[in-house]
Amino acid sequence: MNFDPRFSGRKFSSVGTRPLRPDGIDKVTGRARYGADFNMAGQLVGRVLRSPHAHAKILKIDTSKAEKLAGVKAVITAADLPDLTDGDAGMYDVLDNCMARGKALYDGHAVAAVAAVDASTARQALKLIEIEYEILPHVTDVDEAMKHTAPLINDAIFTEGLEEKPAKPSNVTKRSQFGHGDVHQGFGHADVIVERSFKTEQTHQGYIEPHACVANVNLDGTADLWVCTQGHFVYRQHCAQLLGLEASKLRVTSSEIGGGFGGKTHVWAEPVALALSRKAGRPVKLVMTRDEVFRASGPTSATSIDVKIGARKDGTITAAEATLRYSSGPYAGTWAEIGAMTAFACYKLDNVKTVGFEVLVNRPKTAAYRAPSAPMAAFAVESAVDELAKELGIDPVEFRIKNAAQEGTRSSYGPVYGPIGIGPTLEAAKHHPHMKAPLGKNQGRGMACGFWFNFGGQTCVDLNIGMDGSVSLAVGTVDVGGSRASLSLVAAEELGIDYAQLKAVVADTSSLGYNDMTDGSRGTFSSSMATISAARNAIKILRDRAAQTWDIPVDDVVWENGHAIAKGEKYGNLAALSLKEIAAKSGTTGGPIAGHSELVADGAGVSFATHICDIEVDPETGAARVIRYTVIQDAGKAVHPTYVEGQYQGGAAQGIGWALNEEYIYGKDGRLQNAGFLDYRIPVCSDLPMIDTQILEIPNPNHPYGVRGVGETSIVPPLAAIANAVSNAAGVRMTHIPMSPPRVLAAIEAERGG
Amino acid sequence: MAGIAVSTTINGDAFEYLCQPDETLLDVLRDRLGLTGAKEGCGTGDCGACSIILDDRLVCSCLVLGAEAEGRQVETVEGMAHGDQLHPLQQKFLEHAALQCGICTPGFLIAAKDLLAKNPDPTEEEIRFGLAGNLCRCTGYDKIVRAVQDAANVMKGA
Repeated sequence: MNFDPRFSGRKFSSVGTRPLRPDGIDKVTGRARYGADFNMAGQLVGRVLRSPHAHAKILKIDTSKAEKLAGVKAVITAADLPDLTDGDAGMYDVLDNCMARGKALYDGHAVAAVAAVDASTARQALKLIEIEYEILPHVTDVDEAMKHTAPLINDAIFTEGLEEKPAKPSNVTKRSQFGHGDVHQGFGHADVIVERSFKTEQTHQGYIEPHACVANVNLDGTADLWVCTQGHFVYRQHCAQLLGLEASKLRVTSSEIGGGFGGKTHVWAEPVALALSRKAGRPVKLVMTRDEVFRASGPTSATSIDVKIGARKDGTITAAEATLRYSSGPYAGTWAEIGAMTAFACYKLDNVKTVGFEVLVNRPKTAAYRAPSAPMAAFAVESAVDELAKELGIDPVEFRIKNAAQEGTRSSYGPVYGPIGIGPTLEAAKHHPHMKAPLGKNQGRGMACGFWFNFGGQTCVDLNIGMDGSVSLAVGTVDVGGSRASLSLVAAEELGIDYAQLKAVVADTSSLGYNDMTDGSRGTFSSSMATISAARNAIKILRDRAAQTWDIPVDDVVWENGHAIAKGEKYGNLAALSLKEIAAKSGTTGGPIAGHSELVADGAGVSFATHICDIEVDPETGAARVIRYTVIQDAGKAVHPTYVEGQYQGGAAQGIGWALNEEYIYGKDGRLQNAGFLDYRIPVCSDLPMIDTQILEIPNPNHPYGVRGVGETSIVPPLAAIANAVSNAAGVRMTHIPMSPPRVLAAIEAERGG
Repeated sequence: MAGIAVSTTINGDAFEYLCQPDETLLDVLRDRLGLTGAKEGCGTGDCGACSIILDDRLVCSCLVLGAEAEGRQVETVEGMAHGDQLHPLQQKFLEHAALQCGICTPGFLIAAKDLLAKNPDPTEEEIRFGLAGNLCRCTGYDKIVRAVQDAANVMKGA
């Protein structure tokens, strides 16, 4: 396969248009089938019993009474999920998180599960399971957990990444460090230094669809799993490994997915549902309640971050340093590491150092949430950058432009950048009418930048041409927000046919080769690369069939605008053959026509955004309201601009919720106090203004069409942009997120000396 | 198990079913009648994904008992289109890309239909407050509001 992924600068006819999405009709008529919308004959209802304690030894589980209840078909505990992880520490943690093994590590940790004939019987059965706990001291705060006096969550943890192995175990699983140059020297050259500490609280992805699956283990060792997931191939591998199934015998079908944002990249209930089905010998449907979603799935890290930045009077940053502490739940993570990589990625720095600490707490296992770890780091850094600009008397946009990374800059986390969008998004912000609009009383404006890596990864696509000339595209990346539309546009572009001639589907794990998750903003980037490659392979066959039909050498046949054309004056009498005409004859020219592609999509172009936000603060209550919001982001190439705008708006809205309202609130007993949408308040329609977007297109040199991922970067700047706006409106620097009314009011009153 | 016999009208068709006293109308619709358009996002009336219209009143079907539908008119997302003709709201949601994942869409469509029935010419603010009982986590609501504005204009002209 000689696929050349480099950007070619072609003129587009389909890509960049805005057709209706192929899955749209099903979704507006209620016919689309999500995780909980699928049923099997003889299906049982699964339910999970969860620990009410933040940290407790499980001394004894007695399931006998539950088992005897009429209608109960299976009861399982960790004993039914034996450890088959074979030294794979990461998978052992996944297993332990699915079903507690000896110790419950957070409020909501699964300890047992039942399958019964109906929901009411299953609920009754849970009440009959008797568990004896020995309650242990717990810790839920990230800074508290780092203290030597904190209760140990796992006494086998000795901090990795230190020069010497520590003598004692602690809750810090790992230290990581990034940067270059000499920050001590750099601070020595600074005229002004700003040093601040920040905190952010834990948030949940807040997808509206709870986790749901239907599991069916057959007597012959084959199994099926219907599930809402961002990555059915990865779920297959994890479930197969944890249950001792052969991966190829477990067929996983991804349902329509009702939001994921990173939260549906991890298995929780699925291995439990499979274990219940195996034990009961019947299909089991397991759907989490919203309470379970909050207590046991997601969430992001809570963080505590110190930032120090120094600059000369002319506005040149001379050194930048940050220490980042991220909670990872009760299991090891790499969240602080990612935060440490992204913290200063927007800037051109001679001297930069970031240190990350991964911290265990008695909260649910941290899961990815849209550009995971980057928003908190950006909040801290971009707040300090604003403070520094203010102290220097330089406009915050000009200050950032002066220090922005460029093509050729060595990033703070290592690699040297290719063509990037940070400068252009800042220039666009500088000239945006939003920047010049007048502000009213109690209003403030803030802006901030954000960075995300974007990922590529393993990708496989099938493109099949029917005898009627219609094209079916089977992809393996789950469609989380319109990718079937964007991938159909790409296939239409490459084949030179009409978008309406195509139908894209997400294939199950038995119908297509392995695909990585839809994460890292990779769905459209990587699957479009594979789609282009598959289409080009199909075009080779189409040209060959035309050559056969004409009885001329295939090298004399070119593919243009959806037609095979015989090249050269000697073929002047040969009329071009359309894809449809060639397909109609395929039965007699060599059989079905298809293009396949499997590749590792390297070269995901990094992504930058700049956001501008106006806030009005009520000085009496501390309530902050967003009154205007603008997102400017580099898309590389916007394949379906409407859905790119949607990604920008959605990320901004989630960031607004995070900045102003959302947080996990734990009581002294270590129990989550707001496990529902009433008390964990995500933004509603009346909380928000329209969210303006501006798409910039700085082509990614490593994609044929210049595409970059667009899904995640939009959540990186909002925390900081809003914090800067609230700080400007309230006249006091906000350092703790969310900036809920009590926190803003307390800050205002402290500033007044009251 | 004995159940409560219920006769009701759903999307204009007569239905009869048996349900348990503690069973919600949402559960009846989804699990007994196969009408899975209404979604359960929370089960506590906070997200609006299960919105239906019960005798001209917008309700969360997770907060209504199945037995309460006796003798009443139930309208769900499945009843919005007429044959192959989408309701203007459905059409405008598609055209404006007012959905990404789509799980909240049935609830929004029903809530918006109820809103426009009561206020055919809403301001942006009235739309935003009218739909404040429905959560969407994907779109930031921008395109949803525009779709409802556009549909209102179409419906006024019709």
